[in-house]
Order: sequence, then C-alpha cells, then structure tokens
Amino acid sequence: MSTLSERILGASAGEYVDRKVDRAYAHDGTGVLALEAWKNMGGNRLAKETELYLQFDHIVPANNSTTATLQHELREFAKSSFMHFSDIGGGICHQLMSEGIALPNEIIVGADSHSVTLGAFGAFATGVGATDMAAIWLTGETWFRVPESVGIHLTGKFTGAAEAKDLALQYVGILGTDGATYQALEFVGEGASGLTMDERLVLSNLSVEAGAKAGLFYADEVTVAYLRNRGHRVSPQEPEPCTYARELDIDLSAIEPLVAVPHRVDTVKPVRELAGLPIDQVFVGTCTNGRYSDLARFAGLVKGKKVAVRTIVIPASAEILAQTVKSGVLADIIEAGCTIGTPGCGPCIGYHMGVLGEGEICLSTANRNFRNRMGVGGEIYLASVATAAASALEGEITMPEAA
Amino acid sequence: MMANEPGEPPAGGRNSRPIGGHAVCVPADIDTDLVIAGRYLRTKDRSLWAAHVFEDLDPGLAPRLKGAVIVAGKNFGCGSSREQAAIAIREAGAIAVIAPSFARIFFRNAINIGLPLIEADLSCSDGSPVKFSLDEGWVESGGKRQAIRPLSPRMREILAAGGLVEYWRSHA
Repeated sequence: MSTLSERILGASAGEYVDRKVDRAYAHDGTGVLALEAWKNMGGNRLAKETELYLQFDHIVPANNSTTATLQHELREFAKSSFMHFSDIGGGICHQLMSEGIALPNEIIVGADSHSVTLGAFGAFATGVGATDMAAIWLTGETWFRVPESVGIHLTGKFTGAAEAKDLALQYVGILGTDGATYQALEFVGEGASGLTMDERLVLSNLSVEAGAKAGLFYADEVTVAYLRNRGHRVSPQEPEPCTYARELDIDLSAIEPLVAVPHRVDTVKPVRELAGLPIDQVFVGTCTNGRYSDLARFAGLVKGKKVAVRTIVIPASAEILAQTVKSGVLADIIEAGCTIGTPGCGPCIGYHMGVLGEGEICLSTANRNFRNRMGVGGEIYLASVATAAASALEGEITMPEAA
Repeated sequence: MMANEPGEPPAGGRNSRPIGGHAVCVPADIDTDLVIAGRYLRTKDRSLWAAHVFEDLDPGLAPRLKGAVIVAGKNFGCGSSREQAAIAIREAGAIAVIAPSFARIFFRNAINIGLPLIEADLSCSDGSPVKFSLDEGWVESGGKRQAIRPLSPRMREILAAGGLVEYWRSHA
C-alpha cells in the first residue's frame, strides 16, 4: 500500500533511487548555468530518452544587452539541439508543461522550484538547480530520496469569494514554510475531486512554499477530460490505502479570503483584518494565478469600472493571452485601466518591469513575498484573484464580494 | 559509516580531515532571495555574487565569510532554486554551512557545487571556532562535540569528487 509518490518512483519512502526522467525543463534563468555545467561535464551528448524543454520566461523580452547576450547563447544552443524550445512570450515554463504535455505517472523535473505545479496531473514533479539539470541533459536520469507524504484531506466546496489560492495560503499557513521539507503533499478526498485542473494547479504550485518536494493529486475524471481535450488518452489513478507521515483535514467551505503578509508565505491573515491598507500596485499573473480562468474572473470583477492603482495583468502563456483576446476578457481588463505584460513571470522575481520602489506595497497573486523580492524596500502581500480585483478598484486591501 | 580497509584512502576523499573556521551566525528560514538577490542574477560573474551575498540580510556580512563556517537556523536556503545562492556562499570563501535543516533544492545545489552542508543544531556565537569532520560525522563548537546526520552515499560521492560536474566528468 503506497502513496502516489511511492507508486510513481517505484520504491518506499526513505529509499534512494536512480530514475529515468520522462520530461526535464529549464528556463532562461537556470538554463544559462545548466548549459555551462553541461559543457563542463564533457557535454558530448544530450539524453535522447528524456524529453527536454527550454522555455524563456524569466526576463522576457530581454531587458539589457547582458541578458540578451546570455539568452542569445542559450537560444542558439537550444535551436542546434533537439530540445523543445519556447522563445520570449511563449509563456511560463510550468504553464506550458501543463498545456497538454505533463501526464499522469510521469517523472518530471524542472530547473525551477515551482516545478511542483505539475503534480496536479498525478505526475511526480519536482524542482532542481542548474547543475542537477545539466546532469539530466547528459544522462536522462537523476537520483531521488523517495519522500514521505503529508495527506491533505479536502472536503466540501468553496463558499463566498474564497478560491483555490486562499486554500493554498491556508495550508501553507498551517504547515509553515518548512512544514513539509523533504516530504510530498497529497491532496485527496471528495473536496479534491471537485476541483478543476486550474484550481489543482494552484494548490500544487504552492506546495514548495511549505518546503515540499512535490504536491500531487490523483488523476481522475477531471484530469482525463482535461487531457482528452488536448489529445491525450490517459487513465485515472485509483488511490489505495497508505500511510501518511502527517494528515490534515481542511473543509473548503470554511476557507475565507486570505493574505500572506510580508515577508513570509506562512504568515497568513484574513483579508478582513487587513482591509483598508493602502497599496501602490496590483499584480495579477504568474505560475500561480495567470491562467485563463483567473483572468476571466478578474475581468468579470473589474468590467465597467476603473482601477484606483496601477495594475499589471500578465497571462501565463501565449495561448491564454490569445484566449483573452478572442473572448473579450482582455478588452475588459484594459478598459478598466489595467496594463498588460508579455506572457512570462513578469514582476514576480523583481528582475525587470513592475519593480517596486522603496516603501511601496504590491498586492500580488504570485507565490512569494520574500523581503526585497520585487524591489529593494518594496513589500508584497499575496492574495487571490478576487481579492486582487476588489483591492485594485479601491486602492487598498479590500474584502472581495461573494461570486 | 563504514570503516576503511587498511591502506585505503578515507571514504570522504578530500573531506576526510577535520576542518574548521570561524562561525558566522544567520537566522532561521533564510530564503535564497536573501542569499543572493534577483537583481544580481543576470550574469555568469561569480565574483559579483560573492560581493553581494547576504546583502539584503546584512550588507556587512560578505567580507566576514572568508574561511567562515555559516551556522544557520532551520530551513536554510528555502525558496527559489537559484544555484547562484550556493555558488555565492562558496565564492565568498565560506567553507561549509551548518543548520538543523535545509530546503531540499538548496541541499542538492550546495553538494552539487562542492559546498559541504552539515545537518546539526548548534548554538552559534559569532567568530567562535567551529570544527567538523564529514568523514567521522561530528561537529565541534564551544568545546562540545556532537554527531551530524550523515549525507547519503551518493551525496558523499559527489562531494568527494568536488561537485556534480567533476563527478560526471569522471563517470561519463
């Protein structure tokens, strides 16, 4: 009787195993060092057994000639190899992998901590650094310590304005930033089955903020239908009784809109306690909340109104951007006074565009609010899409109305 | 840990002899943004990372890292997978990081670039001597010696090779 991580890795918690990696991906940030390390390892072959991807998302388009030169070198390498390459504006690596690439039961490794996002498909997906990625390019394999798992049992349905992001902040708040270090999270129960793929991606995405190595959902009829629409036939994964290192029970109907206050993701407070706090910028997007359903929800809340503070909205991929254009969602967002950025990570990492000034406050739908992350002296409050919309309209942290 | 056969070199390779340095104390839950800020990442210039390591935590810290053993609180290196965090610490001259626990990507990154990590819960006094032996599995500070959690055999091999690049250069 095994956890899903144990089933996919084919060994018991605590064991060290070498495993073939089904898919490995890196971005313009980690790819530069990965390429250097791969060359230094001898760099005479790329593993044909592993599907390799390189996606430019961190600084897109390049902000200066140093970045442009680094990206040029990496782009030329990718184009001269059989790697799948996505250039600037294609979208965030995790999002692209979720658009019909990642499949149940696969072992997926990304050179980015938020690679845990793809656990939403019933894959074992985890993040590594650049040198580990270089070794995967070379050999197609890597080593794992099979993790113990934390079972997060979900019941009920969201009520009021609460959404998956609030639930994600809630469980990170309960576990703490290292509450699941070296472990995996498994989201189970009828509350999990009732979630859409987009909602599951949000919950898996935040699992690394509790230190987890992976955050998995069992593939079920929702997963099967999502992947069928993208041309894949997959089977559901049947959960079996297993032993969890720790178990949490969360009732979705008890979740209320939450905010993670600076500078930790686990310092979580109800929005109502922070209502009235003035903000300088709102950012909607990222690998957490930049999907079509997020932007449509945001547009529905700001349509016909005007935002009171500068608001940056960034679709997580070109596919999502195109969808928002076709459906009219993008026009609603722009007419409400928001501005749009190139699909990618945007201001989340504070490299370029949307950087905060000293003393400024940003309400963001991203997943990290570390000190100085979006600019020296700037402060980041993390919240849901609905809280971002309500707050953008008021210019202060505002409780969203029930949908 | 396995005993060595007579005449064999110690299993820990170049990490076999006890080494030490002065303690530099840092708090718990240090994220990799605090180790090296995103604004310094767009380069391959390692000396830039070394110069700005821990800048947002304490701008006076970088010059004190030469020959230092960083003694941190729990969950050191959480957050981003940026390997520049481990590289910056090593390039600034620190010889090891000791903490009760590490975030897992940082753990792998540090070993992969040849920076020893030691899982142990030490009380830290800035500037005091800290000694350790990875091969014998102990760390000593303030006159007290304690056992450390051993690295996995694979991590020991990688560290003994000097890092994952060197490991694969000799295995590929």
